[in-house]
Amino acid sequence: MSWADLLPPFILGSSLLPGLVIFFLPESRRTLRTALNLASACLKLVAVAVLMAVVATGGQPRWEWSLAPGFDLALQADALSLLFVTLSAGLWLVTTVYAIAYLEGAPQRSRFFGFFSLCVSATVGIALSADLLTFLVFYEILTITTYPLVVHRGTRRSLAAGGTYLVYTLSGGVLLFVGTAWLTALAGPVDFASGGATVDTLIHEHPGALRAIFALLVAGLAVKAAIVPVHGWLPVAMIAPAPVSALLHAVAVVKAGAFGILRVVYDVYGVQAATDLGVLTWLAGFATITILFGSLRALVQDDLKRRLAYSTVSQLSYITLGAALATPLALTGAVVHLVHQGLMKITLFFCAGNLSETLGVRRVSEMAGVGRRMPWTMRAFAVAALGMIGTPPIAGFVSKWYLGAGALSSGDGWALAVLVASGLLNAAYFLPILKTAWFEPARKAWPVSSGRLETSWMLLLPPLVTAALSLLVGVCAGVDASPLAWAGRIAREVFGP
Amino acid sequence: MDGPVTASVGWLVAAPLAGSVATFLLRGRRGASEAVLLLTALAAALATNGLVARIMGSGPYTVEIGSWGAPAGIEWAVDDLSAAFLAVALPVWIAATIVAHGLLHSPRSPRDARVFRKEPGPTARTFWPLWLLLWGGVNALFLSADLFNLYVALELAGLAGVALVATAGVLPALQAALRYFFANVAGSISFLTGVALVYHRYQTLDLQLLRSAAESDASTTVALALLGAGLLLKAALFPMHAWLPRAHAAAPAPVSAILSALVVKAPVYLVLRLWLDVFHVALPPSVLTFVGALGAIGIVWGSARALRVERLKSLIAYSTVAQVGLLFTAFPIVHAAGSRDARWGLVFLAVGHAVAKASMFLAAGGLARAHGHDRLDQMTGFGAREPLCTYAFGLGGMSLLGVPGTIGFSGKWLLATSGLEVWAVPWVVAVSASALLTAAYVWRVLAIAIRSAPEPAGTRPLARRIAWSAFALAVLTVALGLGSGPFVEPLP
Repeated sequence: MSWADLLPPFILGSSLLPGLVIFFLPESRRTLRTALNLASACLKLVAVAVLMAVVATGGQPRWEWSLAPGFDLALQADALSLLFVTLSAGLWLVTTVYAIAYLEGAPQRSRFFGFFSLCVSATVGIALSADLLTFLVFYEILTITTYPLVVHRGTRRSLAAGGTYLVYTLSGGVLLFVGTAWLTALAGPVDFASGGATVDTLIHEHPGALRAIFALLVAGLAVKAAIVPVHGWLPVAMIAPAPVSALLHAVAVVKAGAFGILRVVYDVYGVQAATDLGVLTWLAGFATITILFGSLRALVQDDLKRRLAYSTVSQLSYITLGAALATPLALTGAVVHLVHQGLMKITLFFCAGNLSETLGVRRVSEMAGVGRRMPWTMRAFAVAALGMIGTPPIAGFVSKWYLGAGALSSGDGWALAVLVASGLLNAAYFLPILKTAWFEPARKAWPVSSGRLETSWMLLLPPLVTAALSLLVGVCAGVDASPLAWAGRIAREVFGP
Repeated sequence: MDGPVTASVGWLVAAPLAGSVATFLLRGRRGASEAVLLLTALAAALATNGLVARIMGSGPYTVEIGSWGAPAGIEWAVDDLSAAFLAVALPVWIAATIVAHGLLHSPRSPRDARVFRKEPGPTARTFWPLWLLLWGGVNALFLSADLFNLYVALELAGLAGVALVATAGVLPALQAALRYFFANVAGSISFLTGVALVYHRYQTLDLQLLRSAAESDASTTVALALLGAGLLLKAALFPMHAWLPRAHAAAPAPVSAILSALVVKAPVYLVLRLWLDVFHVALPPSVLTFVGALGAIGIVWGSARALRVERLKSLIAYSTVAQVGLLFTAFPIVHAAGSRDARWGLVFLAVGHAVAKASMFLAAGGLARAHGHDRLDQMTGFGAREPLCTYAFGLGGMSLLGVPGTIGFSGKWLLATSGLEVWAVPWVVAVSASALLTAAYVWRVLAIAIRSAPEPAGTRPLARRIAWSAFALAVLTVALGLGSGPFVEPLP
């Protein structure tokens, strides 16, 4: 075992161990807690960079640990996992800065940051999983560690929301568990690296069982990916503090579901087997319904975070749709949207948090004239919202372009129509927000800012950084190191050059 | 000739029994009793360590006592199954003993030390002799190699358990102890009749000899049914569970922990040993289907009750009814699969429940001491006041649920995969879906813990060793989940 093989567990541990320490810190040790948080987030980012360098030079780090007879925990880094792990590590750092400022003076911060770190560790574990069982392990841990964050306020309403969250995610977890166990009983351990070779050998013998297993796995994953009709928890869970919502909607929970669907379709079943079994048509159907349903629901929400939540429901299924279309271009679009949607959505939630934290504004109807009071926050918001609609050259445009081209290349013109319709609906629920914020006069005097900036710099910097990044990855999509180039590489690995 | 390491297994029984006598003679003198407890724990730890090393090195072995071999004499037998239970029982005993010591000797009311003397509850003088008696009895259960010894050990553990429930000293505890006593006697009579029938049929009670002699005939079936019925009653399988929730809820918390973790686990272990190992050939499979179905009903019944009860310790006690049901739904899988994986799945589930449930009861004991009661509706927000107890309860709950990383998950995973290989679908569904019912009552408590609320009047600080012991056991569920692989691999 070379030192590089220890990188995946090191990346996992870089947030896990500090997280465990943070639990036991007294509330009053603010400086130490902050230092631990930021140091571990930076360390993780550095380790991810090293891992990326190792993989770029052709290394395939892999680490295994026996949990019980015949079942191992296996971590490894491939192109897709690196993309997701980079996204998580990067956005974790930004969100940590934001969360420290957002929770200033709030009770139970050691508990919060402890679970926050565990949550990120679980996400990183999901990204680095080398097989289906390891994926299941971290997927379930993510469910559990997110709950205390969702209910952090400890009010009756947030606890009720947390209950809803658990009912959905734990039921999904049971489905995923049974599906994984069934597939393992049929085929033995399912390694992602095999690219569907295990399933291919069974396809003639057990087509019915394979379809049923696919349904179980994807149903379990669909809960977190918020695919209709199991999306109900997501709009409810927006009761969580803003940094949690940001992380939930951008990287941690919903992305775990979408990432899992990509893994199941491409690395467990393989494109050929999935197409032959006819399961992708169903997947595309559900994704389409979700895209349109989410957008339509978003139109009628006045609560800003709820509108953003329904927007997540819709935007997330772009990834599923791209995966289900099964063409190189559509897969490129799906994978790159994993990153792009994360950057844009986290910006929007940061901004929503700033509005509610600084001005107490939580509804779209209260946002009149807010652009003058908080210009930088609203500029970041505008960039991200326009990106969501698909305005060039922001990130969202790139994803949609590739998804649309992918739809045409496979002859699925209807999917392009869905994307266009969804783009129009996006415009219909985002543009009024921008209009209200920038062009309507304020109805009352805003609370005065205490410093030179419109709000604390630690609240302002994160959305500006992520908004700039969403612009940057769009403008520089053609660069060799861009997420798009990376996504293209993943698609080539799957479909061949 | 047995080496000193091999023979040391006898200390697992001898040391607690000698300690029991010693603490009885010491009449509750604190320093001397503590020394006895420490020596007992040390002897048990050394013996367990030697036993695990030996079983991993060279496999199952037996030890004769006083050179009286089978078929007449006393023998201890150790194999992978008993080793797993004994290895996990040790930390449970140590943690529960520390908590019992903490609850006995830390002042119950910081303001007036005289008041607490009048509060009902165990005294060191009666508690430690019974406690060590139970310890020796339970260890003897896991080590015995013949049916008569098993009967004696069952009686010893049962009666010590009944007496320990009664030490709580309040009327409900005495009533619960009485019911527990009657259930125990009924179970023992059934078991003893079964033993007599086996002796009549095979002229031996030695398990090793019975394993090779066992045949499928009418009298064996009747004997198995009687042995089984007695054990199932003692294991509190639905619908023979009615005695358990009250006894486990009313007992002092460390006693509840041991009763739920080990004393109901011992009969489950014996059913596994007698039905699926020794008398495997004579067992009609339909019996397991029946027992599995009872287990499934028990899961639903126990969980539903746990969702409604008003007290934390009752909730945990009903959870034990549900979890015992879960263990029995796994029996048909183990039987049908007949594989090593399935058997280890059941063992993981059983020892996982032992550790997790003990940590939950110990945490509940700490919370009850801190609040002066365990009524859930008056404990709102306890997570902020007693974080360590809360994490212990939560982590233990996660293991019951089968959250990955805990030993509970390892058990469920092995059972589900081996069950699906032989297409035992209903049992796999029961094992998997039980997690949702478990989650419902675990989160009922956690939601109360997280809810922000002002501190109720009369809460008092808790001796730190109580919370830490509970927490250490909860961490053990994770350590077992992550680290049992290397220990289990070399075993058969």
